[in-house]
Amino acid sequence: MNATWSRFNITSIVLGFAFLYLPIVLLIVFSFNESKLVTVWGGFSTKWYVSLFHNQGLMDATWVTARVGLISATVATVLGTLAALTLTRYTRFKGRVLFSGMVFAPLVMPEVITGLSLLLLFVAVGLDRGFLTVTLAHITLTMCFVAVVVQSRLMTFDRSLEEAAMDLGATPVKTFFQITLPVIMPAIVSGWMLAFTLSLDDLVIASFTSGPGATTLPMKIYSQVRLGVTPEINAACTILIAVVAMGVIIASLANKRREVQRQLDEQVAQRG
Amino acid sequence: MKSLGSIRRDFAPWNDPNAKPYIQFDNVTKKFGDFTAVNNLSLTIFEREFFALLGASGCGKSTLLRMLAGFEEPTAGRILLDGQDLRGIPPYRRPVNMMFQSYALFPHMTVENNIAFGLKQDGMPKPEIASRVAEMLKLVKLEQFAKRKPHQLSGGQRQRVALARSVAKRPKVLLLDEPLGALDKKLREETQFELMDLQQNLGLTFVVVTHDQEEAMTMADRIAIIDKGEVMQVATPAEVYEAPGSRFVAGFVGNVNMFEGKIARGEAGSASIDAGNGLTIRTDNAGTAGAGTAVTFAIRPEKIKVSSKKPAEAVNAIEGEVYDIAYLGDMTVYHVRLDDGQVVRASTMNAARITEDPLSWNDRAWVSFRPDAGVVLTR
Repeated sequence: MNATWSRFNITSIVLGFAFLYLPIVLLIVFSFNESKLVTVWGGFSTKWYVSLFHNQGLMDATWVTARVGLISATVATVLGTLAALTLTRYTRFKGRVLFSGMVFAPLVMPEVITGLSLLLLFVAVGLDRGFLTVTLAHITLTMCFVAVVVQSRLMTFDRSLEEAAMDLGATPVKTFFQITLPVIMPAIVSGWMLAFTLSLDDLVIASFTSGPGATTLPMKIYSQVRLGVTPEINAACTILIAVVAMGVIIASLANKRREVQRQLDEQVAQRG
Repeated sequence: MKSLGSIRRDFAPWNDPNAKPYIQFDNVTKKFGDFTAVNNLSLTIFEREFFALLGASGCGKSTLLRMLAGFEEPTAGRILLDGQDLRGIPPYRRPVNMMFQSYALFPHMTVENNIAFGLKQDGMPKPEIASRVAEMLKLVKLEQFAKRKPHQLSGGQRQRVALARSVAKRPKVLLLDEPLGALDKKLREETQFELMDLQQNLGLTFVVVTHDQEEAMTMADRIAIIDKGEVMQVATPAEVYEAPGSRFVAGFVGNVNMFEGKIARGEAGSASIDAGNGLTIRTDNAGTAGAGTAVTFAIRPEKIKVSSKKPAEAVNAIEGEVYDIAYLGDMTVYHVRLDDGQVVRASTMNAARITEDPLSWNDRAWVSFRPDAGVVLTR
């Protein structure tokens, strides 16, 4: 490999990373700003973090977001897994292609349209907008993502595992819970995490379908920003970034450890 | 203790008219859409038999096994196990277990939990499960690997776990789908004998599917040769090899030379076959084929002698030219092009280290064989 650091290489890397991370770095830096003015540096301070925890509105919004995320991600994971199972297993039923296309269409559907149509539905049905409606909307949004993740795992699933279980006396239900589910569990978990993250940062659909008393964190931040960016918002965002970054780092570390462990195991196996 | 060989020689329930069949395929047909995988097939397997289904891939042999296990239902006909019709009985209620070609070990369970899986489904008490698992681990010599996961094992060890798991429940019948297919040659040969010992010691009925004729010949009491969903012949390995029932079987199992011809004259089993171009073959194995019948004369390469001079007493001797020689160490294979253009394959055991009269490429040579060396096929 040619490892020389030409001026061109350095420039492209600096430009690329600056483009990606400069805004985030700015946000983090200014969250520690002493001054109340967002764009003027007034010295280091953590006072905005303290005041953040005393801002009842923001804390409420965080709590709503967490609950919506947990509930919608869980329900979406169950529904998405069922859809993925049906689509990969019962390949012979009529209209399968149409059905699978329809499951995945929301992936590319503009969020505005999803939000608007859900709003129309809730109004037509007579559901009051609030916690329930935003949760339902997020289930709709994230279910297809779970289905995609789980389906791609099921494609490579060795069906003879299930046949072996049944051959050894396990009923289809036992086979599902003792063999299929544990084997595809990593895909289900990553599907859940994806769904949770999507729900966490959704603004558009939540704005359409949420009502009084069910303001999510992105909605709250957006509405506060319209009144002027406060360093408090910067602090809230910094915490969000930290949480997401921690999640990503932990997940990749766990993955890496598992990979190393497997390589060790295989070496042991080859030595007999 | 009686050796395995003598037990197996005495075991021949298929010759006993009073023997009760254990597994019966009765006119079984299986169709997948327009494709007929198994076509009106009947087959009888006896208790404690080591039975091999031999055929090329796609011949329907795996479908037979899967119907026995309950993963597929026959389109027509019925399958009986110990007198019981298996129709409609799901796989998890059938007293048969299967060892899968891919082994299908549960990746999230340790070796001992894999083996215990079937026992737990039966609700066996825990102490009994533990002792059975220990017994199985000992049987396949994997005691020190009990706590390992399948991906921590080598290919041969995985195969043993799969075997232990499938015999742990003491099934009436063990089905083996290409059991040795994923092992390398040396391990495969060792494992063949281990499987035979295991089958004898446990007294189980084994039905093995394989495309490897050597494997089937080594292990099985009887072999069913399957082609296009139909049984071509069911016989012991020796019968299949020495007395094939049809051109297909003769060509499928081992190497064979075939001469097309017509019975010229024949009485009481022995006959002369006019093979064209003035070539006449005398045989003692013509069976009931009368004069004028179109036949194929089939002879195995090791039953043909190659020499540089015409052997004095040979009944059948044909002249030709050495076309190719393959030295394989234990034997040498000659390809001799006869004067009518047909190439004959002959193999000679290299009993001595140095041959006195070595044949070389393009030498004139005689191929000769005894009148009882070949078989006459009419199908």
